Amino acid sequence: MANGGTLTWEKVRRAGRHLTTPLLPDDYLTLLNPLWSSRELRGRVEKVVPETDDAATIVIRPGWGWRFEHHPGQYVGIGVDVGGKFHWRSYSVSSPPKRTGRTLAITVRAMPEGFVSSHLVNGLEPGTIVRLATPAGDFTLPEPPPQRLLFLVGGSGVTPVMSMLRTLDRRGHLDDRDVVVHYSSTSRERMIFRDELESLEARHAGLAVQQRYTDDEGILDVPGGALDGVCADWRERETWACGPGPMLDALEAHWTEAGLEERLHLERFSLDLGGEGGEGGTVYFQNSGKEATVDGATTVLEAGESAGVGMPYGCRMGICHTCTLTLVKGRVRDLRTGEDFDQPNEPVQTCVTAPVGDCTLNI
Amino acid sequence: MAISDVAEYAHLTDEEVEQLGRELDAIRAEVEESRGPADAAYIRRVIRAQRLMMVASRVVMAVSAHDDRTRKPGAIAGGTVLGLAKILENMEIGHNVMHGQWDWMNDPEIHSSNWEWDTAQPAEQWKHSHNYIHHQFTNVLGHDNDVGYGVLRMAREQKWTPVSLGQPVYNALLAGLFQWGVALHDLDLERIRKMEKDPKELRRQLKQIYKKGSRQALKDYVVYPAMAGKHWRTTLAANAWANFMRNMWSYVIIFCGHFPDGALHFTEEELEDETRAEWYLRQILGAANFKGGPLLHVMSGNLGFQIEHHLFPDLPSNRYAEISVKVRALCEKYDIPYTTGPLPVQYGQALRTIMKLSLPNGMTSSNSPNPPPPEQENMIPLDRRRKSESERPTRREETGSWSRTARGAS
Repeated sequence: MANGGTLTWEKVRRAGRHLTTPLLPDDYLTLLNPLWSSRELRGRVEKVVPETDDAATIVIRPGWGWRFEHHPGQYVGIGVDVGGKFHWRSYSVSSPPKRTGRTLAITVRAMPEGFVSSHLVNGLEPGTIVRLATPAGDFTLPEPPPQRLLFLVGGSGVTPVMSMLRTLDRRGHLDDRDVVVHYSSTSRERMIFRDELESLEARHAGLAVQQRYTDDEGILDVPGGALDGVCADWRERETWACGPGPMLDALEAHWTEAGLEERLHLERFSLDLGGEGGEGGTVYFQNSGKEATVDGATTVLEAGESAGVGMPYGCRMGICHTCTLTLVKGRVRDLRTGEDFDQPNEPVQTCVTAPVGDCTLNI
Repeated sequence: MAISDVAEYAHLTDEEVEQLGRELDAIRAEVEESRGPADAAYIRRVIRAQRLMMVASRVVMAVSAHDDRTRKPGAIAGGTVLGLAKILENMEIGHNVMHGQWDWMNDPEIHSSNWEWDTAQPAEQWKHSHNYIHHQFTNVLGHDNDVGYGVLRMAREQKWTPVSLGQPVYNALLAGLFQWGVALHDLDLERIRKMEKDPKELRRQLKQIYKKGSRQALKDYVVYPAMAGKHWRTTLAANAWANFMRNMWSYVIIFCGHFPDGALHFTEEELEDETRAEWYLRQILGAANFKGGPLLHVMSGNLGFQIEHHLFPDLPSNRYAEISVKVRALCEKYDIPYTTGPLPVQYGQALRTIMKLSLPNGMTSSNSPNPPPPEQENMIPLDRRRKSESERPTRREETGSWSRTARGAS
């Protein structure tokens, strides 16, 4: 839609509110088509494509309010209804960004303990409506991409990398750049996107894909210097790595030791609350009349849950904004950045903020 | 006569009351564990039906207005469906969503933290005056503003003044303008009258009410009539009829909750050291149910199960019917009164109390069962004025939605 059109539509929508207050026009339009709402970002599952025995690519058609402007490598929050309850997870977008696109794809591996990932891979019917969160993350390629790139991938960590490789392919950079992919998987069968990677490699001179089956060969011994055997010039490359936590820890240590940590880009799928922490205090929950006294390392969300407040939550890592509540008074600190929020009636993300002294929330 | 000790009134020992509390906890735990897709589908279905009714009513009114033959029947039908849609929204959807009954679905579109209902009262103020004050201090004189809403004299302990003689008139006005009465609920009229209200807070609340109320009024009395062009009067009348229907209905249902004979009042002494189990007992003694079919219960937000709603304000309303069977059995087991009756009888009793209490106590008799006379040393004169926020006892952790995660801890 052209920019002018969007503006006009916004005006129509705002005028429409006079007819639908206290609801939004969207709340009635979804009666016609569940995607016609930008109250919450939504999407419809178009198809579920099996990739391996336990992994599948889910193709989603987003509804109103979605902008196909994600950067390759970013992740998206997805909320699915399992047993009447919405569960949120974040997955890397595996499709390349296209402004003219109509769908986006995420690739998910069913984890043994992960009932949401199992549901996504095995239980999702085409036509299901899911909730989406805006793409986020800084695990992305610079524009233009550097001359020499190295991708270190473990297991389902391939998904953001695939999005990057597809984008490099579409822009012709797999021929004019030097790209090395070292991809570890337990076995050949469990290797997601294996065929596509092999075909990309066959078509492009600039791409070398090394497959490693860790059931047979063991994991790459990075601290022991095995990297030099895989990619001798890794020090001269800009490196992107995505995979299990221990793998990323080992890589980070190795790059730091070499004094090259700025050339290593990591994607972790767990929250690292590195901030200094709030001072703690009593959190008052205005509408339910409950309170909880917590230390500075406990998030407002955890405080509410411990007091028995029905707190909304999603990803629990500050991505999806499902947990956002209004801070009536007091101060909270973002544990990721150390930034304080203390404006009256300021919306705050409860899953990544801790109280700094006493505060009151509108729930 | 208001009750100062629920256990004594019910002739139960402390141990029996605690046992009753444990049995009610077990009912709660059972429902919490079994909430699932069928419940989620229920509320989504109700919301969908309500929105379709809303659209249908507006469309019928708009289309029928332009033909002389259809204008009047269209307005009557459209206005009535609109009224029913508003009733459904206020009672079964808005009231219950704001109680957090559906928060467990973790759906930001059906959540107590951001639901705004189709009435003049801002959700934020409602959640304070109703979810907190009324459900915490249910029927405790001087604490629960719902005992007469600061307008009516509903307990014999409340002081009679000649102003009370006008009760039949105030009652009729309150019924017809119920949404605006509810809009002023959290202001606490009694404290304003006595100049005890913080003017800053009062201004803030009034501004909020003005904003919400004017949007609501603009929609029904300006925007939709304007869209009907020269037949604006018809649409305006139909919308007024819809709002009047909703006002009358919600007034009747709400007055059946705590004012029929048998729903008791309590004195402040009851709050002292009140345990969770005693709080449960007070909820049973202070509320009244009414009987009816499934449609009546849906259209009244399942408040015909007022006792169950007061025991478990945040459990999904579609479960109250099954919960009531168990609660009733418990009441029989412990020989606790369980007040219920047909809707017209229950409302008739409430109306009779309104009329009787417009007169001084000496001129009328009480229809409530009498509690045992208080012991002599307790006979200190009671301070019956409304309490401010700072004078209220601190809220008990365990009431309301206490057990969602705290259950494991207790």
